[in-house]
Amino acid sequence: MAVAAAERVLTGQHFMNGDTACAEGALAAGCSFFAGYPITPSTEIAERLARRLPEIGGCYVQMEDELGSMAAVLGASWAGAKAMSATSGPGFTLMMENIGLGVMTETPCVVVDVMRGGPSTGLPTLVSQADVMQAKWGSHGDFEPIAYSPASPQEMFDLTIKAFNAAERYRTPVFVMGDEVVGHMTERVTIPPAGEIQTVDRKRPSAPPNDGWLPYAAGKDLVPAMAHAGEGYNIHVTGLTHDERGYPTNDAQVHDRLVRRLSRKVQANSQRICEFEKLYTDDAETVVIAYGATARAARQAVLAARERGIRAGLFRLITLWPFPRGEIKELTNTARRFVVAEMNLGQMAREVERYTRRPISWVTHAGGAMFAPEPVLRAIMEARP
Amino acid sequence: MTSEIVVSSHPLDGLLRADRLPHIWCPGCGLGSTMACLANAIADSAIPTKEHVVVSGIGCTGRVAGYLKVDSFHTTHGRAIPFATGMKLANPELQVTVFSGDGDLFAIGGNHFIHAARRNIDLNVICVNNFNYGMTGGQAGPTTPTGARSTTTPLGNAEPAFNLPHLASSLGAVFVARWTSLHVRQLEKAMRQAMDKQGFTFIEVLSPCPVGFGKSNDIGEGLDEMWMYRNNCVIDPGIDLSRAGIDMKHDSTIALGNFVDIERPAFRPVGGER
Repeated sequence: MAVAAAERVLTGQHFMNGDTACAEGALAAGCSFFAGYPITPSTEIAERLARRLPEIGGCYVQMEDELGSMAAVLGASWAGAKAMSATSGPGFTLMMENIGLGVMTETPCVVVDVMRGGPSTGLPTLVSQADVMQAKWGSHGDFEPIAYSPASPQEMFDLTIKAFNAAERYRTPVFVMGDEVVGHMTERVTIPPAGEIQTVDRKRPSAPPNDGWLPYAAGKDLVPAMAHAGEGYNIHVTGLTHDERGYPTNDAQVHDRLVRRLSRKVQANSQRICEFEKLYTDDAETVVIAYGATARAARQAVLAARERGIRAGLFRLITLWPFPRGEIKELTNTARRFVVAEMNLGQMAREVERYTRRPISWVTHAGGAMFAPEPVLRAIMEARP
Repeated sequence: MTSEIVVSSHPLDGLLRADRLPHIWCPGCGLGSTMACLANAIADSAIPTKEHVVVSGIGCTGRVAGYLKVDSFHTTHGRAIPFATGMKLANPELQVTVFSGDGDLFAIGGNHFIHAARRNIDLNVICVNNFNYGMTGGQAGPTTPTGARSTTTPLGNAEPAFNLPHLASSLGAVFVARWTSLHVRQLEKAMRQAMDKQGFTFIEVLSPCPVGFGKSNDIGEGLDEMWMYRNNCVIDPGIDLSRAGIDMKHDSTIALGNFVDIERPAFRPVGGER
């Protein structure tokens, strides 16, 4: 699938919505396969890629449901493609099954969840951020997910590239937790020249096929090299607990070693993976923690508080998972109060509580409408020491 | 005169992960001979071994992927077909065979089967039908005959069973066959034919499960069920497939054969004409 980079990367200034920017980010990252199922408010990603992927020699397939979509994404990844799907809450729930398979078999891929109001069908066309804990705990068993939280169409582009890079580097499914507001918002998106976009490819076997090769033996970086189907390595890939040969086992020690490595390969790199933005936090007595669309309202509230002479700051989570707990802890050196603003009933607020042990004001809303800055500003004023 | 027989190799060693043997299947199970048919079909196919991929779901049959020395994928329950779909689309050079059981492919995975057949994606789907969920201890499934006893139908199965060749044919599969684990020559040949076809092919393989099905349904051990196949099977490739259902009763016939062999454009993601 050798394709002119110029077609793959639409270098230039664009006025596009977040979902479209996400699709373009995927292409810029090297994505050549999309399997999905239509669901509001993520459908524009599928629509864009249904047109764009064939143009560059990639493959778009619409599956019968999200169970099949996620399975197809994994299959494509093992055939050598950078692969993705995009969905919203109800579909994300169905994907949890094969996201677990992706974690266990160490299959690089990206899943975008453009969040809408839940539980269940909830508010199909309206925003929420109520899937962030599903990204953490949604699939059964122990694992450490990687999840990004874009706050603008530009970040839908940028963070989708980073999601692919993290997926390839750590060999695991990676989430882009967008939301309906950011997905449907239209803003300026700058797409750099292809040569300036940093992309990562999965580590590949260093030797030709031989009988002694251990497909699940990891070195110091804890990430094994990945052979693809059809290359002659005779790999066996299973969702069962497996040893370094990839063979199933019931051995409790092998299981513990495997599951710990799957978590540690992310934990050990959390400093490298974690991203956040700080605004006026150096001297802030009250720090607002927010992410995604909500961070836009939180920023306005912090600026308004500063105008009133209140020492407020913003800590914007760019990665939700791994959670930047070290940096959050550090904030407690200056901050005496925290405000957590999010469009759910306090999912990340509890996480902030775990690491700050300071009074926290929860500014929450179950979703359905974008946050205004005012409730955040009120919380800052009320939280004043 | 005595002579010592030393078996140091097996003709299929090159295609089996010998370091994983012995396998987990029960005495009397038909999976071993069915797997050997697949290994022989791979060996005899004109397609290089390294291009062959076997994808399984979950269950006794799902373990086949783990014993074959080709690129093999043991996926989630019911999802072998969509996994294989993604793999085939991302690399059309691969010869992808889905090898799984009746419960996996037709209960939890039934929706994927009908859509993959409708698309006519170029996959070979082989279903080993033993009329029950064996791995979990003999529960009823979508191919359990009406009236049959299982651990979850102790009073007899109240549901009708799928007629799999009829289903596959109605969905447009380009090759549809049914054989049993007794009919290894015909089965192996059908597998090779399926590999040569462009598009969605389906082979049902009847297989004894004495532990989960045979003993509780007046059939007996694996060998007894093999005798039943021997006595009751009728090779009838021209049969009206709507009449090809199976009830596994001692006085009923079982239709076998290569029932469907047609041409239909295989699915390509782009380039449909209208």
